[in-house]
Amino acid sequence: MKTNNVILETATKVILFIILLFSVYMFFAGHYEPGGGFIGGLMASGAIVLLLIAYDLKTVRKILPFDFKKVTALGLLFAAGTAAGGLFFDKPLLTHWFTYVYPPILGKMSLHTAVIFDTGVFLVVVGVTMTIIQTIGESE
Amino acid sequence: MSLLHLAIIAPFILAIFVPSLHKALPKIHTGWFLLPLPIVLFSYFLSFLPQIIRGEITMETINWIPSLGINFSARVDGLGLLFSLLITGIGALVVLYSIYYLSKEKEKLNQFYVYLLLFMGAMLGVVLSDNMVVLYGFWELTSFSSFLLIGYWNHRERSRYGAQKSMLITVFGGLSMLGGMILLYLMTGTFSISETIAMAATIYGHELFIPALICILLGAFTKSAQFPFHIWLPDAMEAPTPVSAYLHSATMVKAGIYLVARLTPVFALSGLWVWLVAGFGILTLFWGSFSAVKHNDLKGILAYSTISQLGLIMSLLGLGAAAIHYPAVEAGFYTVAVSAAVFHLINHATFKGSLFMMVGIVDHETGTRDIRKLGGLMSIMPITFTIAVIGSFSMAGLPPFNGFLSKEMFFTGMIRAQEIGFFNMETLGLIFPIVAWVASVFTFLYSMIIVFKTFTGKYQPEKLEVKPHEAPLGMLISPIILVSLVVVIGLFPNIVAPLINSVMASILPSLVAEGMKFDVHIYHWHGFTPELFMTIGVIVVGILLYKFMPRWTGIYNRMPEKFSLNSAYDNGLAGIQKGANRFTNAYMTNSIRTYLLYIFTFLILSLGTTLIVKNAFVLDTANVANIHAFELVLVIIIAIGSVSILFVKSRMTSIILLGSVGYAVSLFYAIFRAPDLALTQLVIETVSVALFLLAFYHLPKVNKNEEHMRFKMGNAVISIGVGVVVSLIALSAHSSKAFDSISQYYIENTYKKAGGENMVNVILVDFRGFDTLFEIAVLAIAALGIFSLIKLRLTRGKEQG
Repeated sequence: MKTNNVILETATKVILFIILLFSVYMFFAGHYEPGGGFIGGLMASGAIVLLLIAYDLKTVRKILPFDFKKVTALGLLFAAGTAAGGLFFDKPLLTHWFTYVYPPILGKMSLHTAVIFDTGVFLVVVGVTMTIIQTIGESE
Repeated sequence: MSLLHLAIIAPFILAIFVPSLHKALPKIHTGWFLLPLPIVLFSYFLSFLPQIIRGEITMETINWIPSLGINFSARVDGLGLLFSLLITGIGALVVLYSIYYLSKEKEKLNQFYVYLLLFMGAMLGVVLSDNMVVLYGFWELTSFSSFLLIGYWNHRERSRYGAQKSMLITVFGGLSMLGGMILLYLMTGTFSISETIAMAATIYGHELFIPALICILLGAFTKSAQFPFHIWLPDAMEAPTPVSAYLHSATMVKAGIYLVARLTPVFALSGLWVWLVAGFGILTLFWGSFSAVKHNDLKGILAYSTISQLGLIMSLLGLGAAAIHYPAVEAGFYTVAVSAAVFHLINHATFKGSLFMMVGIVDHETGTRDIRKLGGLMSIMPITFTIAVIGSFSMAGLPPFNGFLSKEMFFTGMIRAQEIGFFNMETLGLIFPIVAWVASVFTFLYSMIIVFKTFTGKYQPEKLEVKPHEAPLGMLISPIILVSLVVVIGLFPNIVAPLINSVMASILPSLVAEGMKFDVHIYHWHGFTPELFMTIGVIVVGILLYKFMPRWTGIYNRMPEKFSLNSAYDNGLAGIQKGANRFTNAYMTNSIRTYLLYIFTFLILSLGTTLIVKNAFVLDTANVANIHAFELVLVIIIAIGSVSILFVKSRMTSIILLGSVGYAVSLFYAIFRAPDLALTQLVIETVSVALFLLAFYHLPKVNKNEEHMRFKMGNAVISIGVGVVVSLIALSAHSSKAFDSISQYYIENTYKKAGGENMVNVILVDFRGFDTLFEIAVLAIAALGIFSLIKLRLTRGKEQG
């Protein structure tokens, strides 16, 4: 039963990128404003879910040909890697490190290893949500 | 990270590259890539020797989780060094041997060598860690790699059986050892072994002392295959022979001995320790050697022989521990047991390693290990025969080989047991030399069986699958090196004396503290001592028993198979599986509703009871904000939404209603100024509604008529119960402040220590990063679980349809 959802499909094409962009913003804002890897990841999965509703699983698979299980694994690797990273500098597990830099034009910026950890969280959340949705969706 | 840590980790690092090396260069046997590593490590550890003999101990620490006292501390002392040398030295020989033993065409070498490296690194970790938690981690890793190696030929049923058996028994021991270590921690407040040893006197007499002692010994006994846990070792012989030579005779099974030696200073004050270690040791010694004689499989004989030799070393360590009770002047009389244990440990690795390799050669070249089929191989395989003679005669305790020397010292240690003036040793101590002597007779007997049944007698080519010939040179190098050591140590035993001295200093540190210097000298000739007559007696009686074997071996058939430990294990395992199945089937009804009922009933009962028993309900309205109209509206929306879910007919409507409740809750978060929570809740609600819609596709049609009123009433009671209990808890949690709030800490430190301003996120990724790490791990596991559940069901459906 394929209905012709022209309005939804067209809107999705535009909105999708706005949501994705917003999710990236949320992710990076995390350390100072509301947001973070968890919310960012969920929002990105929300965007993909929208794509799913507007089109279908097959199309989404064509657009995003990743194995989301591997995305999850990559995320875990990021997180565990950051956690273990401190050990190489003779610091306890999960010790984070940060500094401030002052590039031209942009002004004060901070660099955090926590961002790498958060990237892991982001990827795991996207990976997990999409794995679950795809598996259940395909099991018809 | 120091060089020492790198040495421990090096095998793991190499293991990562083995599969790609195997794939990239299939022409070259993967073993050649491994060989340099143990050689390099061996020479590295050898470089520690001068300073260890001087009595200097090296300690390097990497902080891991300092807040829990868990650090990767590597410590090289005499005991650790001896084991490291064994692990890397025998490791190098075994790798060399395996290159010729395992064919590069037929075997999955990439897997084999990854497991082997895993083991090597783990074993180095066990013997060099000064932190008990780290030691435990490596300890279990040796169990895992042993499991993988025993089950290496996993198409064989016996291999899988042996692997499972060894895993179950050693991991049981490992867990109880962890328990023991935690008990020790409760007494001392440290996981560091050297600090625990320093506190030994203060914890003796503590009420947890005996439980800790027993738990630790369980770990050591299961690993070192002591009676009655020895049953896994013979089944572990299903592993390829290089593995048996390496793990199941020279190194891994000695981890238990290492543990006992290492913790002797902690526990030796207790008579129980002396009696348990010595008693189980001597029992194992006897039972192992007695059982070895009845076997026809060469590897079976060697397995029981290993069990009995481990028992021998164990009993010596037990008796030697008594020396700690004496002042340094007298203690020398008893420390001979410890020096015998250390010396025999070295000797056993040399002769048993060579014997295993010899058996591997015989198996490889003739296609069988059954002594009933073998015979007369002396002229066909002269070099192998020589190896077998030297190895076996050393094991039997014949001069001039190293086994003779340690056997004499063993007798000395056993005879002196009676002189220990406490723990009832004056009277019961007599058991030790007698049992030791009897066991030695059987040891002599099976050593002779190995040599003479294989290499002399009638040559029976018709019973062999292949035409036997001498092994290739590469396969002979390793056992030849080992038997040369047997001879060299036998002739010049004092070359290992400095090492023995430093090992004894680590086993009996309190005597060193009293100013005692260990100075072992090993001689061949002691005069006409009781030990000499015992040895002569062993040889005479042994030869007589060998001559009249058919007359008396009937006693082995008298022992009914039904009462053996093996059948107890098999029946126990089957019983546990059956019981678990029955128990599971009793409550698993395959209906998710029933499971939810279990979960919620349990929740009500446990939390509700706690609330009542602890009298925990408090209601304090003093610190409550005003209620605004806006909030009231939200509450009404949530209430209407939740209640109407119960009455709607279509699933679609319920999902939408549930979603509206969720969104309303997120508005609450927004009102109470928790933007992170509000955001999360909003997005989660969106995604979960989508998920529900997907899942709803698969659910059966709602059919309200099926359900009885009683079922519905029961559900109602439970759901109201959950609601009430949770509300009560929420109210009490708000009203009672048992602790100061932690929020002030975060307010102060979020910017200062973590360089962030959004407290919630900083807590997530930094302050409580450990939680987050495991939460995402759990998420990933859940996703994989759902994936495999559904995919498995789908493929099964396909197979059936």
